[in-house]
Amino acid sequence: MTVHVELRRGAYHDSVSLMQVSRSVAGAPGVQAAQVAMATELNVDVLGQMGFEVPADAGPNDLVVAVRADDEAGVESGLAAVEDALRALSATSSDTGAADEVPPATLGSAVRRSGAGLAVVSVPGAHAVTETYDAISAGASVMLFSDNVSVEDEIALKDAAAAADVLVMGPDCGTALVGGVALGFANVVRQGPVGIVAASGTGAQQAMCLLEAAGVGVSHCLGVGGRDLKAAVGGRSTRQALRALAEDASTEWVLVVSKPPDEAVLETVRAEVADLGLRVHWATLGAGRPDLTAAVEQALAAEGVTVPEWPATTAAPDDATLPVGPSLRGLFCGGTLAEESLLVATDALGPIASNLGHEPALGAGLTDAGHVVVDFGADELTRGRAHPMIDPTLRMERIAAEAADPTCGVLLLDLVLGHGAHPDPAGELADAIRSARETAHAAGRALPVVVSLTGTDADPQGRSRCAEALAAGGASVFLSNAAATRHAVTLLGGAR
Amino acid sequence: MTAPLRGLLAADPVVATSGVALFADALRDQAVPVTDAGWHPPMPGTEDALARVMADPRREEANATALARMTAAEATLVDVAPASEALGLERGTFLHAGPPIEWDRASGPLRGALIGAVLLEGLADTAEDAEQRLAAGEFELEPCHHRGAVGPMAGVVSPSMWTYVLRDEVHDNTSWCSLNEGLGKVLRYGAYGPEVVERLRWMGDVLGPILRQAVRSTGPIDIRAIVAQMLQMGDEGHNRNRAGSLMLLRELLPGMITADASPTEVAEAVRFSGANEHFFLNLGMPACKLATLAAEGIPGSTVVTTMARNGTDFGIRVSGTGERWFTGPANTPQGLFLGEYGPDDANPDIGDSAITETGGIGGFAMAAAPAIVRFVGGDVPFALAATRRMYEVTVGEHPIYQVPVLGFRGTPVGIDVTKVVRTGELPQINTGMAGRVAGTGQVGAGLVTPPEQCFTQAVEALAEAVPR
Repeated sequence: MTVHVELRRGAYHDSVSLMQVSRSVAGAPGVQAAQVAMATELNVDVLGQMGFEVPADAGPNDLVVAVRADDEAGVESGLAAVEDALRALSATSSDTGAADEVPPATLGSAVRRSGAGLAVVSVPGAHAVTETYDAISAGASVMLFSDNVSVEDEIALKDAAAAADVLVMGPDCGTALVGGVALGFANVVRQGPVGIVAASGTGAQQAMCLLEAAGVGVSHCLGVGGRDLKAAVGGRSTRQALRALAEDASTEWVLVVSKPPDEAVLETVRAEVADLGLRVHWATLGAGRPDLTAAVEQALAAEGVTVPEWPATTAAPDDATLPVGPSLRGLFCGGTLAEESLLVATDALGPIASNLGHEPALGAGLTDAGHVVVDFGADELTRGRAHPMIDPTLRMERIAAEAADPTCGVLLLDLVLGHGAHPDPAGELADAIRSARETAHAAGRALPVVVSLTGTDADPQGRSRCAEALAAGGASVFLSNAAATRHAVTLLGGAR
Repeated sequence: MTAPLRGLLAADPVVATSGVALFADALRDQAVPVTDAGWHPPMPGTEDALARVMADPRREEANATALARMTAAEATLVDVAPASEALGLERGTFLHAGPPIEWDRASGPLRGALIGAVLLEGLADTAEDAEQRLAAGEFELEPCHHRGAVGPMAGVVSPSMWTYVLRDEVHDNTSWCSLNEGLGKVLRYGAYGPEVVERLRWMGDVLGPILRQAVRSTGPIDIRAIVAQMLQMGDEGHNRNRAGSLMLLRELLPGMITADASPTEVAEAVRFSGANEHFFLNLGMPACKLATLAAEGIPGSTVVTTMARNGTDFGIRVSGTGERWFTGPANTPQGLFLGEYGPDDANPDIGDSAITETGGIGGFAMAAAPAIVRFVGGDVPFALAATRRMYEVTVGEHPIYQVPVLGFRGTPVGIDVTKVVRTGELPQINTGMAGRVAGTGQVGAGLVTPPEQCFTQAVEALAEAVPR
């Protein structure tokens, strides 16, 4: 066995591209394991866990190339694969025409050169504030996908944007739809009369997909960042977005989707909206308030639209003689979907440990013998690594771990389709589900699996096709996340 | 009333992206026009300071003001006079290029030039004597920039040397620069042999007075107009000054010919000036100094107002931080060498001539001077790309200095510290190369960039100056 670790200074690539590079290197002949990544703290940990020793002076701007191979020839084939993959990256990004043409070096330059009205910022969090100010100065609204931006910076950015009559969507804004164009993670839905303002990415996707299933289209979906309706931020972007939608000719009514907001902020925004002459419906999660599905149903009813039956397929029951473990394990990629499931399941099961900022909190390992909900898209799990909707590795590992855990009763998973998501997520997830169920069966347990599948048939991945694959893997599949959660609770209840 | 969010919801989206390529690709798949900024991390350790400076509400307007002042500054040659008279330069004080430096750290060419100047002033009888007195600290050393002056290469100015006097009436500023000595073994490149000192004496006794009479009789000469024209004639104003020198001579000739001097002296003065392709450099430099002087001291502005080197350190100054220098070790230029000289003979970067780049010409106007690329070892696309790259790190374009081959686009002007730090794209400077050893003279010419740390220090200082 031969191990090769090398540091390349100042060779920056984004985490998503490097994940693709790592994959193709790992597949090279003679290579046992490979990781090509920027030397962020998290990646250095990952490399350490993989058994690679990263030089102590490596910094987040250095590229680490780590290859473990059968022999020297294997290392060479791995390194050749690295070069090929990196060359392929630069070939797509630096196709600039004439020899003297110079691509824009700053976001402000890109905005000014193209006359862009909108900028998408997805640089690592520490640099996101600078990029966003640059875009605002150049006169563009910003979809700020980056996370790890402080509340103070968020407030200052939103104030600077309002002064410049542009909107900051974010930080940590995963989903937006502007003028029919999907930004970040978004589903393909028909154009229509509904404007969405979303302090929640996957919540917005869930709402859009439910509306699509009801035959109702969307005009724009403006993300505002998960903290916008918290006390500190005070709904700054929500207000701006609602005012803009009130004057938008294509928008007839609005749905506000949010993780649990601050009550006082919500009241202030509601009062302000009353003066806008805009019909606004609220899908704001929280104890005592309807779940997203119920909120969408209420809005549809109020607008005179028939509520359809939401797509769902229930898996055949497991062998009744096999015992089912005692606890719910909700493993989510979507933060709002995790939040909603936690709320819905807590009503039935009592306290659930999570990493969502509620009590009881999960410890560092994110495991507990009782009921658990984990959001794999949380800030601390995405620092220096791609979002789980793109890179599902961490959750896949966890699914395998749960299969071997006798305290795990029912697995509740989400799968979100659309632009920006993994191109073929259902096959991999179905395999993981199948093998998890087999592992449990081999240990003499049943392991029912429920999937909340957010998507439409127009999505690149095709919702029906994905639902069939997941069902074939042995899962029950629901469009409504709330319905999926209730079904998981029911399955668990049978075992209690 | 215009639509809210600048009409965002009413128009077909045009998008710019910074970061993960996946997002740009996803938009292209939807047939949306996308421009990717090609982001990479800023210079290490600067992210917090950058964010603070970018958040400074004064920044945009301050930079717009700096740009407006820089491009509005006039530059008129109004007189030629000895430094003692023009600058009030005291006997025993010597000006030099770049940020402040002491003899102990001075490079070969700066030492050589100081030795020559001490000899010229009659403050020592031999080079050894001059060197000992300089080393003993008997004389005052001061940057040209501290007196509003600029000096090419070593930039040494002593009281009896003659200087051009340029005025910017719009901002009421004056700048000065010594007379150009020609090429080869010259004081500014650190040579100080007898022929060098003799030439300087002649320049003080004959050339200076003739030029003074010419300027006084012809009247003020608009130097900025000549810069604008020379850019359209293939000069970039730093390493190439052919057209500028001829145009200046055309203005001065009638007054030189009718000056009160012997016909032989007039002929010598005209021949010397006409044979010197860099005759104009010493007027382009103070013209650019007047532009950058006008932009100094604007709170919140991130525009560079000085780039200068003393052969040891490279120093910059920034509008928003006033007269403070940010320095780092000067790089050694890359380029072509004269005769049998090679890279080992070259001294690190030296001179105030980077004021031309600071003012938006020189390396920044490389596209205007395709002929220069053979002199500095590049090709024509390189020259075009060099100017295009500088648009990415400047706040604007010069309305008067234009580049024909770029469709008469204005030259990039107003280096923005934040853009340099964010992109890692350093200002492109065209320069001459002085011999490392005192007394050698010029060994070549080429390209150089400032050290990164000048800019990282500046962005830290700008961040500290942001009101809380």
